[in-house]
Amino acid sequence: MSEAHKITLATAWLDGCSGCHMSFLDLDQRLIELAEKVDVVYSPIVDTKELPPVVDVGILEGAVSTEEDLHKARMFRGRCQFLISLGDCAVSGNVPSMRNTFDLDDVLDRAFVENVQAQPGRPSESLPTLLRTVLPIHHVVQVDLFVQGCPPSADTIWQVLTELMAGNTPDPTQFTRFGA
Amino acid sequence: MTHPPAATNPAPKVRVVTLKIDDHDVGARETDSILEIAQANGIRIPSLCYLDGLSTWGACRLCMVEIEGFSKPVSACSTTATEGMKITTNSARLKRYRRMILELLFAERNHVCSVCVSNGHCELQDLAAECGMDHVRVPYRNATYTIDSSHDLFRVDHNRCVVCTRCVRVCDEIEGAHTWDVMGRGVNCQVITDLNQPWGDSQSCTSCGKCVQVCPTGALVKKGTAAGEMEKHDDFVPYLAQMRKRQ
Repeated sequence: MSEAHKITLATAWLDGCSGCHMSFLDLDQRLIELAEKVDVVYSPIVDTKELPPVVDVGILEGAVSTEEDLHKARMFRGRCQFLISLGDCAVSGNVPSMRNTFDLDDVLDRAFVENVQAQPGRPSESLPTLLRTVLPIHHVVQVDLFVQGCPPSADTIWQVLTELMAGNTPDPTQFTRFGA
Repeated sequence: MTHPPAATNPAPKVRVVTLKIDDHDVGARETDSILEIAQANGIRIPSLCYLDGLSTWGACRLCMVEIEGFSKPVSACSTTATEGMKITTNSARLKRYRRMILELLFAERNHVCSVCVSNGHCELQDLAAECGMDHVRVPYRNATYTIDSSHDLFRVDHNRCVVCTRCVRVCDEIEGAHTWDVMGRGVNCQVITDLNQPWGDSQSCTSCGKCVQVCPTGALVKKGTAAGEMEKHDDFVPYLAQMRKRQ
């Protein structure tokens, strides 16, 4: 397949542990097969700094937890033809959303004051503003496909991508579940 | 020597009825529920609050089915069969309703599967996969419920409770202790021990652990179990229920 016909793929890591990207890398030798059909144009695993204006498939890992996450989710939705919510954090909020039951001030104090010995105090710059509530991605932008799992296995990601490349819409509930 | 006839009452006569479930002709006793008949004939109807051996509660509504001539779906666990019934267990409407019920359950409390001790051994999690619930469309409530670790052996995490009342029923009907009960209404409904006292202070709890074993989620667990370690075994309930009936 020529370069011109390659599917463009962008991925981003919002509020999560990056385990979904680790699973993506766990494709191992299948990454070579994937690279023949897919061009990764933006991702934590490539050096590109800017999301291209038009991308075929976007994959978002992690929940929407900060203003920066919200901006990225909206940017991905605006530029990606097909948007995948990958992993439990993206699909349900998962572990990051467990802070939702606490007051945000208490959360910040816990992280930056109570548990810190050297220079305790909330950072005033260089950190994105936390949203009051952590949200799944589809609660802020429209999502085309949901892939559950914490993280989804490499086999799950492979099945989703190969089905998409074949022009089919996969049903991830057939091979993964919440908490997998 | 001939024995006089037993003075016991003769067993009540139960009529046999014939009906159709998903176009399969089935026969059953008229006292059987639709769910029992379906299970006896290998027809799967999703259910959560129902447990063989315990009384029927009919709370979760996941087992709802359509009956020809009925305008609304009915719960299969609490509806008995009648002659000539035509039942549908898996229509598009029922699938839609079941998925919505599961979404509401997931949104109501904290059901983060990945950090749950029952991950991989949870009936709610399995039902979500079975019913194709790949995401929750309604807003999460993010409500805070308490965790009671006061018991020496067990823990109750109300965040993960679906208020199926299996624990209440097994404690009352099988163990005979009635430590568990239900308090509150609507989303504020929750199971309690004794008069909403800490489980560890309970005078009635026998520490038998039946409630833990029948709990479908990670709400009732053994202490010391890590994520994914808590496996439940509720297969003793039908046996004990049978033994009770024979006494």
